[in-house]
Amino acid sequence: MLTQVEPWVVLSFCALIFFIGFAGVLVRRNILIILMSIELMLNAVNLTFVTFSKQLQSMGGQMSVFFIITVAAAESAVGLGLVIAMFRTLRSVDTDEIQMLRE
Amino acid sequence: MDISPFFFYLFAITAVACSLLVVLKKNPVSSAFSLVLVFFAFAGIYAILDAHLIAALQVFVYAGAIMVLFIFVIMLLNADTPSFDMGRSHLAVRIGGGALCALLFAAFVYAFKNSISMPTPGAFTPASVEAAGGNTQVLSELLFSEYILPFELTSVLLLAAIVGAVAIAKRKLSGDQMAPAAKGRA
Repeated sequence: MLTQVEPWVVLSFCALIFFIGFAGVLVRRNILIILMSIELMLNAVNLTFVTFSKQLQSMGGQMSVFFIITVAAAESAVGLGLVIAMFRTLRSVDTDEIQMLRE
Repeated sequence: MDISPFFFYLFAITAVACSLLVVLKKNPVSSAFSLVLVFFAFAGIYAILDAHLIAALQVFVYAGAIMVLFIFVIMLLNADTPSFDMGRSHLAVRIGGGALCALLFAAFVYAFKNSISMPTPGAFTPASVEAAGGNTQVLSELLFSEYILPFELTSVLLLAAIVGAVAIAKRKLSGDQMAPAAKGRA
């Protein structure tokens, strides 16, 4: 049975979560789900940082995660503000409705 | 790596299953609650990787603050309205996006598995971190000495984000002027 977790397994798990989020950004049209997928991608990158921090016995990775979490909080606040502004203007959260520049 | 395989695979399978639900669920509320489970699973993985402060921050900031913000916006926008019932994406977009992601994921796994990693271990071995007072103390001392400039810049960023979010989401006159145009088009 599995007695040890190899580093590449952890890193591949991070990549899997990242690409699930990436697929969500590409495929979904609801802008709220797209924002949630971006959060998934940020989390996957954070876990990669922490894995390397553990493997290389360095604190720089965890420091980066600290700042990434702060930036992600700011990003989601501004992003959700934009969603509210978009819903007020278009009455929709569908990204296909954003075509005002085309008209 | 000297981490418990049982807990790692437990949290990893939870995270993968719930993140698939985030992407595949039609209802944004179910997606948001799946995302909360993903955040908790990630906090567990941070904890077994000896990143205790990050695990606590993950629960506070992501599972607490950011998810409350998401749920609040979903409720504010009234998820029952037909505007949330949009059709699915084009089939070609779905298949192409899925295939692209699977291909890139396979490339990453190949790279991780075959890369020759010769880590030169840094100064922060588990024993030395333990002797210096634990993960949180070591990280805090670094934060207020070596990383003090980014830390202070972060406070400016947060202030800018607060002002920006209020300015964007605030009801304003130009928004009312644009509304008739949107109505006329619909």
